[in-house]
Amino acid sequence: MSFRRRRSNRVRPFTFTGGRTRSRHPLMVQTLVSTSEPGQEPPSTLMPESINIYRLCRETRSLAEVSAELNIPLGVTQVLISDLAEQDLVYIHPTITGSSPSENQVLERALRGLERLFQ
Amino acid sequence: MVSNDFSSDSRSNRKKMSSKIVIAGGFGAGKTTLVSSVSEIPPVTTEAIMTEASIGHDDNSITPHKTTTTVAMDFGRITVDDELIMYMFGTPGQARFWFMWDDLVRGAVGAVVVVDCRRLADSFDAVDYFETTKRIPYIVALNKFEGLLEYTPEQVREALEISPEVPIIDFDARHRSSGGDVLKTLLRYALEHNRASEPVA
Ligand SMILES: Nc1nc2c(ncn2[C@@H]2O[C@H](COP(=O)(O)OP(=O)(O)OP(=O)(O)O)[C@@H](O)[C@H]2O)c(=O)[nH]1
Ligand SMILES: [Mg+2]
Repeated sequence: MSFRRRRSNRVRPFTFTGGRTRSRHPLMVQTLVSTSEPGQEPPSTLMPESINIYRLCRETRSLAEVSAELNIPLGVTQVLISDLAEQDLVYIHPTITGSSPSENQVLERALRGLERLFQ
Repeated sequence: MVSNDFSSDSRSNRKKMSSKIVIAGGFGAGKTTLVSSVSEIPPVTTEAIMTEASIGHDDNSITPHKTTTTVAMDFGRITVDDELIMYMFGTPGQARFWFMWDDLVRGAVGAVVVVDCRRLADSFDAVDYFETTKRIPYIVALNKFEGLLEYTPEQVREALEISPEVPIIDFDARHRSSGGDVLKTLLRYALEHNRASEPVA
């Protein structure tokens, strides 16, 4: 049994449309977002979709959850959230990628959590 | 950010953070089944419109002809503790969608390639992606569809050219504890992987 793997010539991949954002914070599908001041009404100058995001994120949610709940494609959601973050209307939570050794503590916590949840 | 007068509630809320695991594999290998057996919510489907990035340029605004396609992916969630949420994202199985994985894979703690041993060839693209890009740690999980595996893990390793250090385990995607074992194996491997590699500038 032997297969020869097709080493495909990889060109640049597709990216989420509109995914290029100005945000200083990494905004990935798993990144959590919450409204900065949940008690306040959204500024009336916001677009309807942004108002919906503002209201939804009064309870912390991931970008993917916002996209699914409001039925907005991921890339568009990314741009809208990025704009809200630039105006300090939403807070972008830290995303643990495990790529730096300083995050090992969090990964260890995640592992302990899984060991507790899946015994 | 704007002001300091957050309620203590929203301040403690700010400690919340998240991470992501990618569930990849061939068409019908059991990715969604794995996500739903470990997730605390039924898998959620979300859509992305993808645009082909230009070749050799970082700025795709100059690309004359852009190709777009819509893809659906599903994800699940595990609340690990009151500050940490872990998301599991399943890649679409159709081979023609492999190109989108870069956006999905970016920032992931690791990936699981789910393999249906009856159709090994369907896993080439997924394994090849992680072997070639070497961007995140990945493990291979052999889904025991009928309770039997036709090949040993080492035969699969040889057939799919999986690096010697990559863990290969068998599991049943329909069972929560078996799916949990897969996630734990991935996290342990990611931790080893991190400890072994020196900080990158
Ligand atoms: N008997 C058996 N059936 C399984 C197992 N895992 C998945 N299935 C079935 O196989 C089919 C495909 O599983 P999915 O989890 O949808 O596979 P997938 O990888 O998400 O498929 P795509 O997203 O379409 O690529 C479904 O009908 C599942 O019920 C298993 O361990 N045993
Ligand atoms: Mg699926």
